[in-house]
Amino acid sequence: MINFNYTIWIFLLPFLMFLFLGLAGHKYFPRLSGILGTCGLAVITVLSYITAYKYFFTSEKVDGAYQKIIAFNFTWLQFTDKLHIDIGALLDPISVMMLIVITTVSLMVHIYSLGYMKGEKGFERFFSFLSLFSFSMLGLVLATNIFQMYIFWELVGVSSFLLIGFYYQKPSAVRASKKAFIVTRFADLGFLIGILILSFNTKTFDFITLTNPTGPAIAQGSGIAFLGLSVMTWSMIFVFMGGVGKSAMFPFHIWLPDAMEGPTPVSALIHAATMVVAGVYLVARMFPIYALSAPVALNVVAYVGAFSSLFAAVIACTQTDIKRVLAYSTMSQIGYMMLALGVAGYGGHEGLGYMASMFHLFTHAMFKALLFLGAGAIIHAVHSNYMTEMGGLRKYLPITHITFLIACLTIAGIPPFSGFFSKDEILAAAFHSNKILFAVEYAVAGLTAFYMFRLYFSVFWGKDINYHQTPHEAPATMTIPLIVLAVGCLVSGFIPFNKLVTSDGKILESEIELMIAIPSVLIGLLGIGIAYLMYVKESAIPDKLAATFKYGYKWAYNKFYIDELYLFVTKKIIFRYISDPVAWFDRHVVDATMNGIAGITQGVSFRIRGLQSGQLQKYAFVFITGAIMLAILFIYLWK
Amino acid sequence: MDILSLFVVIPVLTITAILLLKDTRQVRLVSAFGMGLQLLMAASLVFLYLTARHAGNNDEMLFIKDYLWFKSLNIHYAVGVDGISVAMIMLTSLVVFAGIFASWEVEFLRKEFFISLILLASGVFGFFISIDLFTMFLFYELAVIPMYLLIGIWGTGPKEYSAMKLTLMLMGGSALLLVGLLGIYFNSSPDGNRLTFNILEISKVVIPLPDQRIFFPLTFVGFGVLGALFPFHTWSPDGHASAPTAVSMLHAGVLMKLGGYGAFRVAIFLMPEAAHELSWIFIILTSISIVYGAFGAIAQKDLKYINAYSSISHCGLVLFAVLMMNQTAMNGAIIQMISHGLMTALFFALIGMIYGRTHTRMIYEMGGLMKIVPFLSVCYVIAGLASLGLPGLSGFVAEMTIFVGAFQHPELFYRIVTILAVSSIVITAVYILRVIAILLLGPTTNEHFEHLPDAKWFEKISVVTLIGSVAAIGLAPFWLSTMIGTSLHPIIEKIIALNPF
Repeated sequence: MINFNYTIWIFLLPFLMFLFLGLAGHKYFPRLSGILGTCGLAVITVLSYITAYKYFFTSEKVDGAYQKIIAFNFTWLQFTDKLHIDIGALLDPISVMMLIVITTVSLMVHIYSLGYMKGEKGFERFFSFLSLFSFSMLGLVLATNIFQMYIFWELVGVSSFLLIGFYYQKPSAVRASKKAFIVTRFADLGFLIGILILSFNTKTFDFITLTNPTGPAIAQGSGIAFLGLSVMTWSMIFVFMGGVGKSAMFPFHIWLPDAMEGPTPVSALIHAATMVVAGVYLVARMFPIYALSAPVALNVVAYVGAFSSLFAAVIACTQTDIKRVLAYSTMSQIGYMMLALGVAGYGGHEGLGYMASMFHLFTHAMFKALLFLGAGAIIHAVHSNYMTEMGGLRKYLPITHITFLIACLTIAGIPPFSGFFSKDEILAAAFHSNKILFAVEYAVAGLTAFYMFRLYFSVFWGKDINYHQTPHEAPATMTIPLIVLAVGCLVSGFIPFNKLVTSDGKILESEIELMIAIPSVLIGLLGIGIAYLMYVKESAIPDKLAATFKYGYKWAYNKFYIDELYLFVTKKIIFRYISDPVAWFDRHVVDATMNGIAGITQGVSFRIRGLQSGQLQKYAFVFITGAIMLAILFIYLWK
Repeated sequence: MDILSLFVVIPVLTITAILLLKDTRQVRLVSAFGMGLQLLMAASLVFLYLTARHAGNNDEMLFIKDYLWFKSLNIHYAVGVDGISVAMIMLTSLVVFAGIFASWEVEFLRKEFFISLILLASGVFGFFISIDLFTMFLFYELAVIPMYLLIGIWGTGPKEYSAMKLTLMLMGGSALLLVGLLGIYFNSSPDGNRLTFNILEISKVVIPLPDQRIFFPLTFVGFGVLGALFPFHTWSPDGHASAPTAVSMLHAGVLMKLGGYGAFRVAIFLMPEAAHELSWIFIILTSISIVYGAFGAIAQKDLKYINAYSSISHCGLVLFAVLMMNQTAMNGAIIQMISHGLMTALFFALIGMIYGRTHTRMIYEMGGLMKIVPFLSVCYVIAGLASLGLPGLSGFVAEMTIFVGAFQHPELFYRIVTILAVSSIVITAVYILRVIAILLLGPTTNEHFEHLPDAKWFEKISVVTLIGSVAAIGLAPFWLSTMIGTSLHPIIEKIIALNPF
């Protein structure tokens, strides 16, 4: 048994860094805090790589499968005898893989931010929030039980809120951060309800017990039915709702494009590579339950993923803000991962989709972080987010250009870049399970290549725009992360995921299926070709197309008016038809009743207070009259 | 002198000292000293309590002292604490301590202000240490009366109206409560022995069910008025809005907890069968409180109103959890009382500080305060995050314990209303973030506010004390949860023995 006790520092270090920078950084060393934060993260990165090496290559396998190892665990809050929240670290193939993803991207983003955020007000605040985020995200992936995951799930939500709203004086950033928090919070409500139902039926929060394929949890829950579906299915659908929110799947995707108001390194780290894949990670973590006792919920995952990927890809073709294009592309790629999980089964060759999903998560983190950081370098150079205000940048930004091109080729699925391998596995998994979903994903692959190269060509090619100042290449702190990630895009495709990360921990035999690989490369090339014709050749086709499909284009450009729908629901229904009437009711009905009681008391006392006048004559008069009347009454009654 | 009575004696001595002072500037120093001492006492009480428990003392109540007070009715001055009262005492001393510093700059009738404030506090302390129903009721009334003066004299806005409304409604509650308590008293000895007011002794007998059916609602509603039970909550928004800062803090932070504590310690503990039988009615009322308070808060424009409605929602959750009558939910209820007490005191302290600078509480008249008063604004954000249940702060611990506990209820109806109550976490997020966005973030909207000073030292003491406590509970909830849990054990056992689920 290898000792993994030191993994507690992977948690603690960023948390201490957050407190340290947040409380003291402001006063004593605003400049130094960036370096400090980055060094802290470098230490964690080293620890994570050591952990990964030890886990994958030296840990003991049982029956050819990687084991789940509890590195440390302590009870944080006891609810009942069986239900308690623990804080601990669970090491298994996916959590170790996520450690690598998070620390690598986070370290690159830290280094990049040293250059990108230089001179910004609140430099130390930025790094303390980044540390908070790293802490929460690491806690999320290492969670040993579902409630720990929920805790860190909320914490990543709040770090995301704080970082989107980093420029807190900008109204759009404030709105975006609020929206992101509330939308994901609503989704988290589902997650929490799911946890409650799950824990009520299985009496445990613990992942190992819950996901043990032969354990009591899986066997127990599937029997009891409620409204036609088993309780397990209900709880898994609710849990998935949390994942839909965090991973910006349809219909909770609306916060993600707006979240681009945050600083670009944040978009790269949180809204592309790590936090938004938490939903995928959640489903993967609970995967045995989905696959073995809630297949209906797993179907929901597949269809939500497929629809989101298509929906987002269509919107991405029409956007002009480069960060928004990337945001929709993220949504689309996460849809891919969800779909891959949705079509997978537990164990054996059935688990291809699971492996593919995790593989794609890994490669996507690299290339999408690279795309965002590249976009940051472009924005840094031209001070605009809009493609229409860019062109011919390849002369000015050579390093950014090459690395961006590599990332675009990767996402388009061109070999030998990593995206080709992971996407191919997803398509293969979909092909063997559901032909309709496969067709959708195949089309999305073409669309992806098209919109990415639309972006690439119109930014780096085309004619020069009259820039106010000549754009210049970013400083070394920003280009080094770009180069490192570009290398990552090249090599990560060759990582043998089928040996390392599989649904049951055993080796999965898989090879590239040429019948799927060749057409998928072809459609990618087709997308690139169309983009080339439309955006390099200076043709009028895009405008014509937009004119022909006027309504379709307008709908897609306006993101199918989903935002407006939400606005209607929140502003009109919640504010105007629930909240305001409640407030009115409280003042004018409930409170008025209380006031009414007081008023009646007062009114009555006004009426009868004349009786207590203190005038002796009046009292005597009343007394004598009463006495006489009583006397008469008695006399008559006695008779 | 026993340690518990000191909690009443120290405030009284402080008041005497203030009365003897000539110089009004020293008043606040003496008050701060007295309440600081009280805080130290509370901390040492926690320590003594834990040591005694650790040493294996498993009595239901510790440090019991009993003095016969009024022989013919068998009224005693009886004190004793368990983990729950110890926690409440700690809460009270923290809030009072912070409240003294938050009212550092009261100029008008300073001496009288601090005397009333500390008198109120001594009533609350007395309530929490009593185990005799009569003394408990006495201290309860003692806490309500100074409230009238504090709001009526030092308040703002329609202060006379609010003070009158608050006092009358609470007195109305007291009237119901008194009938309920007397009902318990006259049933306290079925074998014909001496009637008693002592809670521990009454808990050993079983009050006949028909009597429970009458006196449980009376007692529960009587305490419920103070705990802002729908529809008897309307004193709360007006009262909070008119009250001076420290009074809002004490009122929402501690006084409203008397309601929850009493409902639990008297109504449910002494009459568990009726509580079980009638809980569905009150569960419905409290669920309404939770959701209704939260929706009400969304529509408000005055900072104090927002927090008053939010308190209705959060205190509704306390009563809701108490009525679930299982260990986890009740544990959550107590933690929620403490957590809400701390964070709502924090809110009102900050609102007072902001009001002291901008002279308005209307959120739309302010904006972009983050840039002007960063310390206060950051603290406000922390308070907000605690209120919407962010892990790492106390609100999360309390709410999750309640939700998990309530969802373990064997009957489907209770689980469904739990889901309804859970949905309040989203509504809470909406109104908290709305205020933060309008008030603190965005560009500065009013140029008159641009040179406002940030927090002064005494304000920092007040706020940091509260934030420290909120974070301490949020980061390390296990000790509080265990301390309360052990004390709940005998209570739960009694409930389960009488109501086998």
